[in-house]
Formats: sequence, C-alpha cells, structure tokens
Amino acid sequence: MATKASRAAARMMISPAVLLLLGWMIVPLVLTVYFSFLRYNLITPSGNPFVGSENYYWFVTDPSFEEAMINTLLLVGGVLLITVIGGILLALLLDRPMFGQGIIRVMVIAPFFVMPTVSALVWKNMFMNPVNGIFGRIATGLGFEAIDFFGQIPLTSIIVIVSWQWLPFATLILFTALQSLDQEQIEAAEMDGANRLSRFWHIMLPHLSRAITVVILIQTIFLLSIFAEILVTTNGGPGTATTNLTYLIYVSSLLQFDVGMGSAGGVIAIILANIVAIFLMRMIGKNLDA
Amino acid sequence: MARAVTSSVKITNTIIAGLFGSLLFFPILWILILSFKTEEDAIRAPLEILFSSGWTLESFSTVQARSDYLKHFSNSVIISLGSTFLGLLVAVPAAWSMAFVPAKRTKNVLMWMLSTKMLPPVGVLVPIYLIFRDLGLLDSRLGLTVVLMLINLPIIIWMLYTYFREIPNEILEAARMDGASLRSEVLYVLTPMAVPGMASTVLLNIILAWNEAFWTLNLTAAQAAPLTAFIASYSSPEGLFYAKLSAASVMAIAPILIMGWFSQKQLVRGLTFGAVK
Repeated sequence: MATKASRAAARMMISPAVLLLLGWMIVPLVLTVYFSFLRYNLITPSGNPFVGSENYYWFVTDPSFEEAMINTLLLVGGVLLITVIGGILLALLLDRPMFGQGIIRVMVIAPFFVMPTVSALVWKNMFMNPVNGIFGRIATGLGFEAIDFFGQIPLTSIIVIVSWQWLPFATLILFTALQSLDQEQIEAAEMDGANRLSRFWHIMLPHLSRAITVVILIQTIFLLSIFAEILVTTNGGPGTATTNLTYLIYVSSLLQFDVGMGSAGGVIAIILANIVAIFLMRMIGKNLDA
Repeated sequence: MARAVTSSVKITNTIIAGLFGSLLFFPILWILILSFKTEEDAIRAPLEILFSSGWTLESFSTVQARSDYLKHFSNSVIISLGSTFLGLLVAVPAAWSMAFVPAKRTKNVLMWMLSTKMLPPVGVLVPIYLIFRDLGLLDSRLGLTVVLMLINLPIIIWMLYTYFREIPNEILEAARMDGASLRSEVLYVLTPMAVPGMASTVLLNIILAWNEAFWTLNLTAAQAAPLTAFIASYSSPEGLFYAKLSAASVMAIAPILIMGWFSQKQLVRGLTFGAVK
C-alpha cells in the first residue's frame, strides 16, 4: 500500500515529465494564438500591431485555403480508403494457414520503416518518372503513352505513395486484432452452415470494428500532418494542386515569413486535429478503465 | 487451431500472400539492386538492369565522397539515440510512479500526456522556429534532439506504463516482506522484469526519431541535418541519378528496417497506445 512518503516520492518522479510536456504544449500554443492576432511579417517590420481577426479573415478567404482544405480531405480520405480496405484484405490473407508466414509478414510491414523522404523520392524517380520510371517503361513497352504522374495526377500520385507507407500499419494492427479472434466461434459458425462471406460479415468484421476505428483515428492524426512527401515531390504544386493545410501553413510562415498568417493557419490546424483527437482519446480512455 | 489444412490450400495461400508481399516489398528491393549499379546501367530498362549489367560499389563511395554522407548518418544516430536516452531519463520515473503508486488523477495525467501528441506540429511551427532562432538552436543537433525527445515522450511514457503495469504488485510485496530494501527491490526484482518492455520501448522510439520528417526538415540546414533532411536534398535534380539516390537511401533505411523487423509486436502496442494488443 502506498504511504504518504511514497506518494510524495511518486509526485517528484512524475513532475519532470509533466513540466516538460506542459512547457512544450503551453508555451508554443499561447505564442501561436498570440501571433495569430498580430500583423507580424519577418521581412517587413511593422512594429507588429494588434489586428484582431484580420489574419484569420485573409487566411480563410484566400482561394488557396479552400483548395488546401479540399486537398487535405482528399489526401486523408483517399489514403484511409486504400489502407483500411487493403489492410483488412491483407490481414485476412495473412491470417490463413501458409508456409513462411513470418517472411511474408516482414515483407508486408517493411514499407512502414522507410523514412518519408526516401519513399517519396524513390516512387517519384524510380517508378513515376515518365521516361526512366518503371511505370513509364511498362506503359511504353505495351504501346501506351507514359503518364506524367506529377504533372497530370499529382495528388493521386501522392496518395499512392502515402498509402504504400501506411498500408503496412493498417495491416499489422488489423492482423494483430484478427489473431485474438476466437477460432472456435468461427468453426461453430462454419458448422452451422455460415458461408465465408457471412462469417466475415457477422463475426470477423464486428470483431475488427474496434481495431478499424483505431486505425482510422490514428492515421487521420498523422495524415493531417503529411509534409515531407509533398515537399520533396511537388512543393505543393503544380499551382496549389498538392498543397494541403500543413504545407500551406509552412509556405506562409517559413517561405513568405508571414508569422501572423501562418499562426492563424496553425490555430485552424490545431482545432481540426482536436476534433479527431477527442474521439481517439475517448476510445483509449475506455480501454484504460478495462 | 485444431483443423487440419490440406497442403494444397496452404500452398495456394502462400503463393497469393507471397505475391502481395513481394509487390509491397518491391520498391525496397529495387533500390537495393540499383544501389549496386553504375549510373548508366541504373536508367536502362528494368529487365536489362536485372540480367545484363554488372555490379559495383561505386555509388556508395561517390555518395560519401561528394556529400559527406557519414556526417549526416552520425547526425541521425546522435539525434535518435540522444532523444531516446533523454526521453527514458524522464519517462522511466514518471511511468514507474504512475504504474506502482497510482493516484486518483493518474488516468487524467496519462490522457493529458497523450493529448500533447495529438497537437499537429505545424500548429506550433512558427513559435518553435522563432524561439530556436533566438536561442541559436536552428540547425543544431542539440535543439533537434530536445524537440524529438519532447514529441515522442508521450509514447515512451505510455508504453512503459503499460509494460510496468503488467508486473504483478504481489511480487514486489513478497520481496518487501522478505526484507528487501527499496534499492534491492528496484534493482533485483523490478528491473529484470522491466527490461524486455524497456528494450522494445527504446527500439520503437529510435525508429520514430530516425524517420521523423517534419521537425528535421524545418529546423536543420547543412550542419545538423540527419538523413531524412539529407535525402530531401536529392529532390532535384540529383534525384535523376538513380544509383546514387538508391545507395544513399539504402544506407539510410537499412538500420531501421532491421530494427523494425525485431519490434513488430511492440509497434502495434506503442502506436495504438495500448488500444490494440
């Protein structure tokens, strides 16, 4: 049983972590909110006057904001669709009896460990380059015209790259969840004459629903912040065709040095991420009670 | 599973799964192959590359000679190991006290710590950038180490907490009954049981820090750039030098790929914060 002394000791042991995280969260957060109300540009010093919601107004009414929001939605939605459906199928496949399952699983998971800048550049150059890329070679070999991926379908290309990185994550988690499924339940359903589809629909999918939700929520949090893949492939272009919210904020703050505007965008990004986070935290919290 | 499976079914499954596995793995295999080719061979047709070209180590030495690859490699090593070590220093006591001396608010503290991980990095990019500029920490390994430690701290604490909580309290009490001092209780009873959990926490954290590509790209330039940022410099036009890009990439991902394979199970636990086990 915990004594008074051990409680005091426990509090001392935990305080460095609490203080560090508090500082890391509160200081930049307060500054971001504060900057977002100032006219503050690093190249045109203006005394940084307070301008109220002006930055928000300009940030939100700029046509690139709308486009960035749509791109963010398409990017997150597209990747989620591919990785969740693909992940379920791959997890079901891996769960079946086979030889060398360990090796195959390792191959499936490998892309997750490739750093974002490497995977983006490898796909861009070795696969999607219209002249020397493998896709281009195959297309011209078959007599078709090679697609200029980053010219014609830039956002789709980025969705493909990011999906390749995250499909292993979804697969691994769904596979882990699938393995905790009671085999006897499946066998019982089989004996009762349930076919493969209805076994999947009525037993496996409900069992996976929790893991699927976790995958969706966690991936959404990470996918809202996709940055490196865009930076090294398209720089947000052509035009603003691949600019997501994260990249737009990066452009206004670090490329245009508009601290006020970038901060207003930052506040908007924080609010968006929090909406997703609330759902995720609830799920994790429930698990903690159990 | 008690059911008998015919080996023909097993073979079919193996072939289908192997096909998908190879497809997903192919890009990694391909850069491994290209990294051992000359620049001229690397842009030939895929089948020619495979069957009618020689092998060479030239690209690896060129990458090192032209861009001081080892400097960026050691930056990556220092930053990821450093942030993991600093993180452990802070996280072990915190997780320990929450797991073994839980208070009423422990759950709320844990959830709050986790919530800091949900903060989108771009939301705090501007202030962090300005603070770093004023403190002279831009493009320094120290600054980056601290930032990576902070962004991964919630994951480390959370993982350690779930591992520590699995250690049965009864064992500790039994040791205490037998007259073990706090020091020997920690040293001889707790630590041996905590080592596997701590090892996988360390592994996962190194992987996350090694591959982090928001802060590393935004807070470094030439000096402190780890491999994520170094590879980004290949975006154009060097990206067209396939053999060199491949060699640089292979060296950048190989250590983590190997570590990753050892920590698959822990990955699930760490990245879902215990929501899926």
